[in-house]
Amino acid sequence: MHLNRRTTLTGSLALLALLASACTGTGGSSKGADAKAPDDPSKVKGSLTVLTHRTDLVQDGTMKKYAAEFNETYPGVKVEFDGLTDYEGEVKIRMNTENYGDVLMIPAVIEKKDYPKFFASLGTKTERAAKYRFTDYSTVDGKVYGQSPVGVVPGFIYNKRVWSEAGVTDWPTTPAEFLDDLKAIRSKTDAVPYYTNFKDMWPLTQWTNVNGSVGCDPHATTKLAEGDPWAEGADLRVGDTLLHDIVRGGLAEKDPTTTNWEGSKPKLAKGEIATMWLGSWAVVQMRDAAKQAGADPADIGFMPFPAQRDGTFCAVTSPDYQQAVNVNSDNKEAARAWIDWFTDKSGYAEANLALSPLKDAPLPAVLEPYEKAGVKLLDLEDSKGAEVKSLDNRSEVGIYKPDYRQELVDLARGARKGGLDDYLGGLGERWAEARSALGS
Amino acid sequence: MTDTTRKAARPVPPAAPAGPGRAAPAPRRTRLSRRLTPWLFLAAPLALLLTFTYAPIANMVAYSFTDWDGVSPELNWTGTGNYTELLTRSELFEVFFVSGYYLVASAVQIVLALYFATVLSFDVRFRNFFKGVLFFPYLINGVAIGFVFLYFFQDGGTLDSVLGLLGVETDHAWLGTPFSANTSLAGVSVWRYLGLNFVLFLGAIQSIPGELYEAAEIDGANRWQQFRHIIAPGIRPVLSLSVILSVSGSLSVFEIPYIMTGGATGTETFVIQTVKLAFQFNKTGLASAAAVVLLLIVLAVTWVQRRIVPDEKVDLV
Repeated sequence: MHLNRRTTLTGSLALLALLASACTGTGGSSKGADAKAPDDPSKVKGSLTVLTHRTDLVQDGTMKKYAAEFNETYPGVKVEFDGLTDYEGEVKIRMNTENYGDVLMIPAVIEKKDYPKFFASLGTKTERAAKYRFTDYSTVDGKVYGQSPVGVVPGFIYNKRVWSEAGVTDWPTTPAEFLDDLKAIRSKTDAVPYYTNFKDMWPLTQWTNVNGSVGCDPHATTKLAEGDPWAEGADLRVGDTLLHDIVRGGLAEKDPTTTNWEGSKPKLAKGEIATMWLGSWAVVQMRDAAKQAGADPADIGFMPFPAQRDGTFCAVTSPDYQQAVNVNSDNKEAARAWIDWFTDKSGYAEANLALSPLKDAPLPAVLEPYEKAGVKLLDLEDSKGAEVKSLDNRSEVGIYKPDYRQELVDLARGARKGGLDDYLGGLGERWAEARSALGS
Repeated sequence: MTDTTRKAARPVPPAAPAGPGRAAPAPRRTRLSRRLTPWLFLAAPLALLLTFTYAPIANMVAYSFTDWDGVSPELNWTGTGNYTELLTRSELFEVFFVSGYYLVASAVQIVLALYFATVLSFDVRFRNFFKGVLFFPYLINGVAIGFVFLYFFQDGGTLDSVLGLLGVETDHAWLGTPFSANTSLAGVSVWRYLGLNFVLFLGAIQSIPGELYEAAEIDGANRWQQFRHIIAPGIRPVLSLSVILSVSGSLSVFEIPYIMTGGATGTETFVIQTVKLAFQFNKTGLASAAAVVLLLIVLAVTWVQRRIVPDEKVDLV
């Protein structure tokens, strides 16, 4: 009987080990496929599953309309959408298998060097960069693996009526001027001058997008990889100092720990909040919120970061999620056709009032004030983008994560001990340590 | 009618004569199936247990020796590197100070639960209603509780309004400072888990034979003496179980602070930190090692506790 029990135990242990190894084995060993554009649209056949984070567009049928339009050119392709609410989390797990749709948005978690293992190439950089923006962001060894269907420009969303009530009509050109304007709003209106959206966390990560806009340098990302992002006068330091000063000066909401993003939209539209640092993508949402709240959508304004170089503002353009073709897909031609059509012809960028990924397309209406004011749009070079991400993870600073800015806000409102210089200096040290650990 | 049918059915004899066959051993096949039957019943729960508990744990332990980032097809064996990193970075263990708040809270929770269980075990008016009220929070999903209490603690939210009705005007940001935030969160946790402790204690108290109380009453014991000499020793095993559960619970708090503050403003616990390591910074290997270390810490604390307070057999009579 004893012997018998032992064999059962060994048996279950063996089973355990088997299960363990089965789960650890990650799929997708095939490497380096190309997704070529089809020559004859009418001959492309197959069915596609498109993974998307735009669950709202899947639910309200907009995506189906896109598919129907797509079918006018490509009648043989059946397109289905899989809208995922927790896109990052779910796709990350699915990418451990081979079944992660035919077309998907590249999740932020995937390291750039791994792109060839997961995605099929859309062409060489030289060939695509002539026509499209943002090719840098997904180029590995000269080949491009993804294409963002829209571009966004970071900036302050503000309520024009509130700002003019406070007597401010011109965009501030320095952080100090910006702070003065917020103070004027505090004293002359009832609005909260600035809203951090602290509790929802991701709005704070938007502050990293000041990178490039402050110094007007297309190589700002390379600077992050090679230098100290919080050195005196560096872009991130200027941005973080401004955020700190806003909160320290009592110009932000009273209790940041219980903020509410959905609730903040109608508040900004109605003029209860004056300003938020977000991006051009938020303008549509704020105008919708204004319509729903019975306020004037025209009150929603958009302004660049208060810093000028040689008398002009700079605004960085950056891609949204980039669409890519699954390297394991059986319908790579059809998948490529979808990406090309969605990027070039769908009108998705216009519908979202976003910057088109096509270099020759006109600027969206949202950015018209930028054009008038002569704001320079800057495409950042991203050859060191992957390195910045690994430095960020290695150092656990998290410039694309909310934690360090939450700490910054806590510091500014006195809920955390320490001074700004020490705090930012500490971040710089961790950044430098990570760089020496990675040996770059 | 029914009567006649029953009569008609009765005379039918059993198909096989039972007499002589019983003494002889059952045929091989029957013996085999008899031995297999319990395993067949166990198959489903065992399969679930293996796939969803032990296999992931085995995997996690395996990952803790690698540098896996959670998604890349490549993973390298790093030996005990993750454990060395973990144990040499003391700041990773500072978050255990936060557990102190929850430890204090669980002491409060056990005392409250014991009080309510004792009171409600006697004959009280609306007894079942109060039992329901106390147990109800435990049935609510933790995520929902997080959202509800976010509104509760908001500036001008439920708590402020209720205090306002009582004439107390506070302008306090409940989640604003580390002390206030952790206390508030620990309070939510007491509200949520009080019911579980309460039900455990109530069950234990009700399993104490009623004659003991009667005898005690005849001897002139008051309520406190009844509690001290009958209830307290009678529920000792359940009490020590509750203490173990609350200590390990305090060390591994997650849901409520993660949903309500996301670990901001000094409310980060060890599990939140582990989750962030794994899913924000893609250090799945290091995070797995952290999870293993937490498991070991909980086991060690439980062991120490059992050594200090051994589980004696209780004999009331």
